[in-house]
Amino acid sequence: MGMGAALFLVLAVLTVVSALGVVLHPNPVKSALALIVTLFLLAVVFVLLEAHMIAALQIIVYAGAIMVLFLFVIMLLNLQSEDPERGRRRFVLRGLAWAGGVLLAVELALLTRGAPVGRPGAAPEGYGTAQSVAQSLFTDFLLPFELTSILLLVAVVGAVVLAQKQRRPTIS
Amino acid sequence: MGLIEVGIAAAKAFAVLMLVLHMSAILLWVERKGSALIQDRIGANRANIFGVMPFNFGLLNTLIADPLKLITKEDVVPAGADKLLHFLAPFLAVFPVMVTFAAVPFGDQLVIGDYTINLQVADLDIGILYVLAMSSLAVYGVVLAGWASNSRWALLGGIRGAAQMISYEIAMGLALIGAVMTFGTLDMQAIARAQGHHFYGVIPAWGIIYQPLGFLIFLIAGIAESKRVPFDLPEGESELISGYFTEYSGMKQAAFMLSDFAESVVVAGLATTLFFGAWQVPFLFRDGFHFPGGVIVALPHLAVVAMQIASFTIKVFLLCVFQILVRWTLPRYRYDQVMDLGWKYLLPLALANMLVTGIVIVMLG
Amino acid sequence: MIVPTEWVLMLSAVLFAIGVVGVLVRRNVIVIFMAIELMLNAVNLSFVALARSRGAVDGQVVVFFVMTVAAAEAAVGLAIIIASFRNRTTVNADELALLRG
Repeated sequence: MGMGAALFLVLAVLTVVSALGVVLHPNPVKSALALIVTLFLLAVVFVLLEAHMIAALQIIVYAGAIMVLFLFVIMLLNLQSEDPERGRRRFVLRGLAWAGGVLLAVELALLTRGAPVGRPGAAPEGYGTAQSVAQSLFTDFLLPFELTSILLLVAVVGAVVLAQKQRRPTIS
Repeated sequence: MGLIEVGIAAAKAFAVLMLVLHMSAILLWVERKGSALIQDRIGANRANIFGVMPFNFGLLNTLIADPLKLITKEDVVPAGADKLLHFLAPFLAVFPVMVTFAAVPFGDQLVIGDYTINLQVADLDIGILYVLAMSSLAVYGVVLAGWASNSRWALLGGIRGAAQMISYEIAMGLALIGAVMTFGTLDMQAIARAQGHHFYGVIPAWGIIYQPLGFLIFLIAGIAESKRVPFDLPEGESELISGYFTEYSGMKQAAFMLSDFAESVVVAGLATTLFFGAWQVPFLFRDGFHFPGGVIVALPHLAVVAMQIASFTIKVFLLCVFQILVRWTLPRYRYDQVMDLGWKYLLPLALANMLVTGIVIVMLG
Repeated sequence: MIVPTEWVLMLSAVLFAIGVVGVLVRRNVIVIFMAIELMLNAVNLSFVALARSRGAVDGQVVVFFVMTVAAAEAAVGLAIIIASFRNRTTVNADELALLRG
């Protein structure tokens, strides 16, 4: 087993542990922290898969901005730990059934047909650098890029309008 | 990866870590003595060892006494505080700041026998993105310190600090994009090497000549990002006691102070690399000086490397001293002024800078 | 350093499954949101792994778009949660069950 594969195993175990922490911990702040750790570990896995620019973007956008937003909202609303409640058991069973189903489906697919494209060879020259991603982004994917920028504008306007303080209607 | 390569990498990482830590200590001295000179007073000179050392070498005793005091103080955790987060926050404040320096080149290359050592801890092809990523992680130390302390002052300081940091991150990133467009690469060592030639043989082609506005925006955004005066409302000493690290004592408070100075050094290091030619000395090439007029002074390789490292250190030091001077000269911004400056002035200016840079690059081909 | 693609796809499936469990089991709306982000990241991981094994950067460009859309969705979703919190002062999904008010 090569060094890359061994390193990936370690990272995979850590990622699964922190993902379980996200889902299982009663305190929402600790859940958010566990998610930050998961995102950071995924960025390291991206580097292992030679997607350097996407790894940096993962940390800048996801772990550095989106999770700060989550933490802000949790602190603003001053959320406390969730208490476990009755009637949860059937949800847990249902959830585990779905999870088990997904895992079984993927495992069967991988075992019978193997990975879709087989073993990865050496990466082509300049794979995963900012230049190659940008080249593809601004030529083949130009239309989705422009549409995404409009989407972001809409999201900004929407978020500002939704989170505004309510103005009392004045009596004219 | 032979043992020697691992050893070289460890030595480089150690050297950079020592550089940052020692620079922070020296800057602490400069700050206290410099602020004393600006404010027409003498500064702290009372530390003594049983009265045995009668003369203080300009605050040096204080520099030894202060860290000793902080290390040996009792560590107080407030009563309602979240213990894990309270413990974690100083680490989260210090770690991203230290790690950012891994991508900054502090010299050209050192040739020892068969080994050519690139004087940079990690030669990343996405160097600038890495730096931006690490500085966006620095928000967590602040916001968690504020939240976990279960105290009004801390929470206010933490929220203000986090909002300020994420606002100025954007301006900082956009200011850097102008420099990236000019040099055409995100690799910091390549940018440092690209600033080696001279215009008309006389003026060194440093980044500030290409991007004066970018440098200004970056410096202002960097000072705001490291929460120094005039942007130090998160730790407003006359308003919030100590802001987000009110409830910290002892070594944890020392960690926050360290992160303050280390972030200063990081901002100075980045500005030096992108706008002041990093380790370049004017007219110094790999084999010696090439003065205009044809005078060539050959120098041994080690002397060249030593001069380059010294030039980098001096430039970083001067930029840090400039930040300290700014601190003791300007009054503090009010919070809404801080937000206005970040979003309404620096952001459009940075975008305009990007636009103009792009147009000029396309026109000049 | 070569990583076998099957292993990465398996990790992605496990993370996705954990996200599904989170959405179905937790009652706190914000934690449900975080589990959705976990699922999005699992899909990102799949994209990156398959892009690597094909040697084409198109997969990474799709990841770029997924990240952007996730950011927009997080911003708007959290704004909605804040707005609804003002009226009902609860983030428990069971109690936010009435389409009234």
